Amino acid sequence: MKRFAEVNKARCVSCGACANECPKEAITIWRGCYAVVDVNVCVGCGVCSRTCPAGCIEMRLCDEK
Amino acid sequence: MRSKRWHDYLYLWTIIYFVLGLFNILFAWLGMIDFLVPLLFAIIGGNKYFCNKFCGRGQLFAFLPKKFHCSRHQQAPSWLSSSAFRYGFLVFFMMMFANVCWQTWLVFGGASSLNESIRLLWVFRVPFGWTYTSGTVPEWIAQYSFGLYSLMLTSALIGLIVMALYRPRTWCTFCPMGTMTQIICRAKTKKPLP
Ligand code: SF4
Ligand code: SF4
Ligand code: SF4
Repeated sequence: MKRFAEVNKARCVSCGACANECPKEAITIWRGCYAVVDVNVCVGCGVCSRTCPAGCIEMRLCDEK
Repeated sequence: MRSKRWHDYLYLWTIIYFVLGLFNILFAWLGMIDFLVPLLFAIIGGNKYFCNKFCGRGQLFAFLPKKFHCSRHQQAPSWLSSSAFRYGFLVFFMMMFANVCWQTWLVFGGASSLNESIRLLWVFRVPFGWTYTSGTVPEWIAQYSFGLYSLMLTSALIGLIVMALYRPRTWCTFCPMGTMTQIICRAKTKKPLP
């Protein structure tokens, strides 16, 4: 089952730490407000989730949506 | 991993800045770049490209643990990245910055004399007189240098401590510049503050 990263937008500080570490460049910072994951590109490695200093990225399984 | 670009080496700027200040405190004025550029990005561009790509300090905190394994990589307590703490710290930091300006003003007006020391963590005075030769510039310019360098070094120290204790870029969750630019970006997109 495919895993993907989900950002808690209310807690994201838009620092970009996750985007810098993502091996697939799947993350962009939407207008300086919060991180957005392109779920089609994300391979669910979890690097961003372990990097995020605010701890606001959770890994989810696709069917949990 | 994406390939390295020129701006991935800006952490060197952070190191150069502090080293320059050790030789001549007047270089502290260069710190204004780190105040103004992120604001310009946010106000004109409505983005946080400074934090996301160009901030040497954020990069340094990410770089050091990769190189020297000096971070525990533990999730910081969530209050550290809560809105209440972030906004509170922003206000506190701005008050400290206002104090630097006030001290500069007093020296400018002749009400107090130049204090050739820096203050770390707002408590510890460190004599710093060797970095300045009296009479080089008007005294208020030197006073502002000592004040700004104190703020820059203090915030870097706090950043290094939370880098070591928690995740590398934990400082960025409550960095006043990061908070301020995010507020501006949110205002520009008319998104309510969290
Ligand atoms: S889980 Fe991996 S691929 Fe997906 S966004 Fe995070 S770092 Fe990128
Ligand atoms: S690392 Fe965390 S706080 Fe920073 S932009 Fe990514 S999701 Fe947001
Ligand atoms: S939050 Fe502060 S330290 Fe972190 S990248 Fe932005 S300006 Fe630099």
